[in-house]
Amino acid sequence: MSVERREARQPWILLSPALAAIALLLFVPLVFILIYSFWLRTATGADQIGFFLDNWQEALSDRFYRDILLGTLKIALITTIACALMGYPAAYFIARSRGNKAILLLLLMLPFWVSYIIRTMSWINILGVSGAVNSILLSLGIINEPIQMLYNETTVILGLVHFLLPFMILNVFVSLDGIDETLEDASNSLGATKWQSFLEVTLPLSLPGLAAGGLLCFVLGAGTYITPLILGGPTDAMFANLVYEAIITQLNWPLGSALSLMLLVVLGTLVLIYNRYLGMAQLMKGLG
Amino acid sequence: MSSVTLTDIVKRFGSFTAVHKTSLEVPEGAFVTLLGPSGCGKTTTLRMVAGLLDPTEGEIQIKGRRVNDVPIHKRNLGIVFQNYALFPHKSIAENVAFGLKYRNVSKDDTKKRVSDALELVQLPDVGERYPKQLSGGQQQRIALARAIVIEPDVLLLDEPLSALDANLREDMRVELKRIQERIGVTTLFVTHDQSEALAMSDQIVVMSEGRVEQVGPPQEVYNTPASEFVANFLGASNIVPANCMGRDGNTFVFETETLGRIAVPADKAPKGAAAGPAKLVVRAEKLQLAPRDTPADGAVSVDAIVETVDYQGQAVRYFVRAGDRQLQAINMIDERPFAEGAQVSLRLRPRDCAVLPTI
Ligand SMILES: Nc1ncnc2c1ncn2[C@@H]1O[C@H](COP(=O)(O)OP(=O)(O)OP(=O)(O)O)[C@@H](O)[C@H]1O
Ligand SMILES: [Mg+2]
Repeated sequence: MSVERREARQPWILLSPALAAIALLLFVPLVFILIYSFWLRTATGADQIGFFLDNWQEALSDRFYRDILLGTLKIALITTIACALMGYPAAYFIARSRGNKAILLLLLMLPFWVSYIIRTMSWINILGVSGAVNSILLSLGIINEPIQMLYNETTVILGLVHFLLPFMILNVFVSLDGIDETLEDASNSLGATKWQSFLEVTLPLSLPGLAAGGLLCFVLGAGTYITPLILGGPTDAMFANLVYEAIITQLNWPLGSALSLMLLVVLGTLVLIYNRYLGMAQLMKGLG
Repeated sequence: MSSVTLTDIVKRFGSFTAVHKTSLEVPEGAFVTLLGPSGCGKTTTLRMVAGLLDPTEGEIQIKGRRVNDVPIHKRNLGIVFQNYALFPHKSIAENVAFGLKYRNVSKDDTKKRVSDALELVQLPDVGERYPKQLSGGQQQRIALARAIVIEPDVLLLDEPLSALDANLREDMRVELKRIQERIGVTTLFVTHDQSEALAMSDQIVVMSEGRVEQVGPPQEVYNTPASEFVANFLGASNIVPANCMGRDGNTFVFETETLGRIAVPADKAPKGAAAGPAKLVVRAEKLQLAPRDTPADGAVSVDAIVETVDYQGQAVRYFVRAGDRQLQAINMIDERPFAEGAQVSLRLRPRDCAVLPTI
């Protein structure tokens, strides 16, 4: 066998365990879900096997689903923007700090040591009726009765930002860390102020990281059901909550399958769009 | 008039002093080189002039203006970094035009100046390309074009050639000097490569451990080193302890254990040389090996034995033993080099010796 052919085969050999796992754990269940989505749940509660378009018709035509989908995308977008605005400066600070970079990164990882659910629930202890904020305000005499701060869209976004910020920071950090610092010096020396140098040089070079972090935040945010379950009110359901509702509460697996595929297609499209841009970013990397 | 003046500059990093009290003048239009071994504070000094580091003490003037508190973007300097520091996301033309954006240069003017600059560095056709599509040497030229297109008051270069391979380095050396002379820009150049410094500079500033050892034109620094450090750093030298017997007409007479009595012309000795212990510098290439039976022709002649032969192509480096001292000699090869163990005679013309200042 020629060297080239052996080298061409090598990646596939190395990838095969991962590919096998993905095929088995992701692709096969996905096919099941696709098949399920064409079954029909009858009034008796039993699933009727066959090829029915009823679930899809309901999912695609009902305004209720559409509104919640749009609401979900809106929450994910706000969360992503908030993460970008808060995460970028933090990532910049870590990337430019000398010596204690490792410690800062470790601190960034720290939240991952605690379960996401517990981290989300912790907001109840902070913002809840008998939570820290209310207790302090009460004891200071600023308010006479506890304020209800929880269970609205804002707290859902708050919880999502809390959950997703480290992903944003990490992604931006990685791309900022890879930027040669003398580029900013060079830009400065040519007459650009620090801020102009940032806008002209650092920011454009860190966009791939920002985009990757943004995509991750958006997809994870749009797909979540735990945060709205814990921190949202009755009207703050996100799309994944509908899936949860259909499958766990109503035991309507066919409808749940159709809904989850719908979300998958929407988010998948976003990933594909991003991929086009990443392709461009890769091209730029190749150039630069 | 001097273009850059450093007055009593000190730079400390915490308790470590990277640059000790240093004063330096770079004359208008001159090519001045900071030369010294790794870690001696060359980059630190350059970065203080650039405004990338603040001096702990002292004053920096550029064109007569105190710039200590002037931020880097207002200093009007052209800096060429060791790693080129071209903007990877901008085309070559955009890279070169970058500094002009902040100088109110019209579009047409920018275009013209960019193409002139590219012409000057002999890369007129690469404007559309991106840095990664150029070779290292080409990127270096673009970095130079970007720095000079803004017509800087001073051009600062930190080891700009060290990332290039040996042949290219020599070409770029000539090229850089040509461009510098052509535009006449005051240049402060940093290198640890003595041949670069000797070939390009009007003035060499030899540094060691954060101090200036000697400042002077290349020939002066090379021929009359001011310290043992300079003598050793610039080329291979032998430092021979001697005893000065005093002045005798136009010469100083030295008595050495290794090379006997040498009468060195007075202009090779520092001012104020006097009788007493001294050190002579004998450049390795001035120490000639000869068969013992050839006449000495007025040169100092001492018997020696070849200990090591280091063959270098057109030249050969010998380590020879004369008395209890090992000396090195670099000779051009005439026919064939001497073999190890050969009994030879060392020849040295007294005027090829230099005398180190005492203290
Ligand atoms: N930011 C810093 N913090 C602490 N010490 C530093 C810093 N920058 C430089 N130094 C120290 O100052 C000394 C001089 O450094 P400098 O970079 O000026 O050396 P150099 O002459 O340019 O050497 P080289 O030829 O290796 O580039 C070195 O000992 C270096 O370790
Ligand atoms: Mg240096």
